[in-house]
Amino acid sequence: MIINKTSMAGTLESSDVLVTVAPGNQGIQLQVTSPVIQQFGRAIHRTVLDTMARLGVEHARVTVADQGALDCTLKARLECAVYRANGVTENIPWGKGEQ
Amino acid sequence: MNIAERKNRLRRTMMFLSAQRPNLIKDPYLFAPDSLIFDLEDAVAENQKDAARFSLYHAIKNLDYHGIERLVRINALDTPHWAEDVRVSVASGIDGIRIAKCETAQDVRVIEQAVISAEQEFSREPGSVLLMAALESPLAVLNAYEISKASPRMFGIALSGGDFRRCLRTTGAGGGVDMFTARGLMVLSARAAGIQCFDTVYTKLDDLEGFEKETRLIKDMGFDGKSIVNARQIKIVHDIFAPSKAEIAEAERVVMAIRENAEKGIGIFQLDGKMLDIAFMEGAERTIALAKASGLYKGGL
Amino acid sequence: MKNIAGREIPQELLDQGWKPHLGKDSYRDIEFRKTGPKVKIVNRGTESKLLNSLEEAFRACGMRDGMTLSFHHHFRDGDYVMEQVMREVARLGFQDIKLACTSIGSSAQVVADYIEQGIVTGLTTSGIRDRIGEAVSHGKLKEVAVLRSHGGRIRAIEEGSIRIDIAFIGASSCDEYGNASGKGGKSNCGSLSYAEADAMHADRVVVVTDTLAPYPNKPSHIDGVYVDYVVRVDEIGDPKKIASAAARITTNPRDLKISEDCVNVMRALPYFKDGFSFQTGVGGPSIATTIFLREHLKELGIKMGWIVGGISTPMVDLMKEGLVGAIADVQDFDLGAVESLGEDPRHFDISVSEYANPFNKGAFINKLDFVILSALEVDVDFNVNVLTGSDGVLRGAPGGHPDTAACAKCCIIVTPLVRGRIPTVCDRVVTVTTAGDSVDVLVTDHGIAVNPARQDLIAHLDAAGIHHVDIAALRDMAYAIVGQPDDIRFEERVVAVVEARDGTVMDVVRQAKPFDINE
Repeated sequence: MIINKTSMAGTLESSDVLVTVAPGNQGIQLQVTSPVIQQFGRAIHRTVLDTMARLGVEHARVTVADQGALDCTLKARLECAVYRANGVTENIPWGKGEQ
Repeated sequence: MNIAERKNRLRRTMMFLSAQRPNLIKDPYLFAPDSLIFDLEDAVAENQKDAARFSLYHAIKNLDYHGIERLVRINALDTPHWAEDVRVSVASGIDGIRIAKCETAQDVRVIEQAVISAEQEFSREPGSVLLMAALESPLAVLNAYEISKASPRMFGIALSGGDFRRCLRTTGAGGGVDMFTARGLMVLSARAAGIQCFDTVYTKLDDLEGFEKETRLIKDMGFDGKSIVNARQIKIVHDIFAPSKAEIAEAERVVMAIRENAEKGIGIFQLDGKMLDIAFMEGAERTIALAKASGLYKGGL
Repeated sequence: MKNIAGREIPQELLDQGWKPHLGKDSYRDIEFRKTGPKVKIVNRGTESKLLNSLEEAFRACGMRDGMTLSFHHHFRDGDYVMEQVMREVARLGFQDIKLACTSIGSSAQVVADYIEQGIVTGLTTSGIRDRIGEAVSHGKLKEVAVLRSHGGRIRAIEEGSIRIDIAFIGASSCDEYGNASGKGGKSNCGSLSYAEADAMHADRVVVVTDTLAPYPNKPSHIDGVYVDYVVRVDEIGDPKKIASAAARITTNPRDLKISEDCVNVMRALPYFKDGFSFQTGVGGPSIATTIFLREHLKELGIKMGWIVGGISTPMVDLMKEGLVGAIADVQDFDLGAVESLGEDPRHFDISVSEYANPFNKGAFINKLDFVILSALEVDVDFNVNVLTGSDGVLRGAPGGHPDTAACAKCCIIVTPLVRGRIPTVCDRVVTVTTAGDSVDVLVTDHGIAVNPARQDLIAHLDAAGIHHVDIAALRDMAYAIVGQPDDIRFEERVVAVVEARDGTVMDVVRQAKPFDINE
């Protein structure tokens, strides 16, 4: 998938994460802030890269403003933002590409 | 559990959670409700329906709910959301779907069709996704029996009080007498169709006394359980539905007596001056199951 | 060299004479000579202690660069005293000042600037927060900070490890001769227990008040015979932030579940009998234990002999219902507690030395049956961290935690298993503030674990049918929910020593390191 426009998903509420994806052309450019950056910064990076790969997104500027979200919440917000950036809200291929 | 066991499982409390609030969906099993209802409908803003689906999918796929039943309340058939709600629910692995604002047997059949396609699309065991209907209008309640019978997947019907009262144009004064007929009809319909019935949520969270009163009433009327919106309400319901010591002792004797006599080839017999046969087994076993779930049963059955 | 919590003591500290902590039973049967302050006598009836400004007080006390100043935290986040004094210190150009605080809250954060500017070069405290914590964690303080428990601080003062040149004691009311009280003014805090040792051991003592009372202002919490000067300022603090309206008991179902389970554990133990003693903190699950205690006490027809520590209204209510014999008050958290102190003869204040000093002739907590404490982290050896956050930065307070845990017959930690994405139960805590040899039971919302060193408690819980698991299982549950965390990385430099209550080293805190994904 291509990121055609900037879109967001999630909130700044505790245990949530606000994800913004915007068009880019230099691979996945990622900026992360998180109160648990020391303990989970690497895990967050991995999840972003894995999710983008699974969705077939090669280029994007991704901003993750984490408030201590669990990994499944981060995945959910990332996918939602990517699909929103493509204007897609139905017939999602749930589970495609997952192990 | 096989599908029949799942249909008949204990559902004293069914707790609603917004699928859109990460804080709430990560460990609700701690409060030990019998079922969880992940809400894609009223608890989710119109422009966040898509986000809620992603949250639901990944939560169900990744988090351990420790054996508690997981249901989803999908948006009603008069919205543009229900079809995708069914797809994500089935794909995620959910145990069942609650159809909001269900009015007719046909509504159930439409959802059932969508579930059948989704089970195929996402390689789920056919028939594994169960259904229940939320009845929220006078017409829906009048159709309760037909709705209950509309599909072999149907495990229960629930009364949705807030919307229902608005249709009746009543306020709930007089101790809830406005709901009497609807409640009675629900129990009759569910029993006639052989499925469960559940009473409505109680939204005055600080009025635990009023909540207890209402729960006693609906238990006496024959409901199997109640919808819950806050963990504090759970213990109250479980305590009210817990069988008494006498009831448990009686149930134990009935079960053992039926089994012993069956071994001897005797199908009908007397116990304490009462005639008993296999028909009494189900009720007795349900009492034992309730007793176990309430932590009250210490025997060997 | 490793201490009892398995923490390595850096050679540089050993060279300076620090010793590793060897456990709660390692400091018995000690005899020592207390140090005393220099005393400038006042015996002329015409001498006045009243001064017009803090500047005058500095002059009268002979304030110099390099001095140690002390402050108490009874006014909590509503304190104005430390900020006013320190602003004057900066304005008048003093340098190289050391601070000996009882604790630091969110007030007086201007001190963070003074640390960066080298005006403040040394610090000992129990609690540390916000920008001050960050400044120390980022290596801005010239000397290594020392974090002490409440009991440990008093021991250090009495043996001379902390020498206070000038103690500044904020008081709600005070008379012209220094009889100072935590009541009777515009901003009341109840007791002034934390300031007593400072009053008795500092070379100079200055009371700062906004309400002058007629002489003699008795009963007083600080006796005038220890006070050199009294300075009147417009406001000593913000009354709303000093003592809040009555602490309300939580309705959060998670906290209630933890509290209920905690009290069920207590009930199953032989210490739960008529006249038992109890201490609790102020977190949600801690205060909620009062609900369940009430039920069990009434059911059994018994009452608690005494409770000790920081007091709030729910505990005062228990006393009024006849379920608590006496309250030994160290500090008051809300107005209900402030009011009760002194009004009810069963509710009295005690000094921090009486409360928790390990090196006196018998502190209250030596006799404590149960203590309920919280934790930021607990590891599989039952070591507790209440000091450093998930980014390794200083933002907590040992307080009375290590003291009460070491003394109570049963120490119960109550905490949710995870907070956001932070696993409370982990492999190894970032910083040890209370060693595992003092911690007996962990009660979380996901289950209970008992320290294997307490097979006696395990036997009682089993007999009562209370389910418990290995603490490693709780850790696994936590990691299953949040994921396996990476270790927090630090620079080499030691910025703070966590001193155990007997003056030995419990752990060290190193300088925080910014996160680098490429490391």
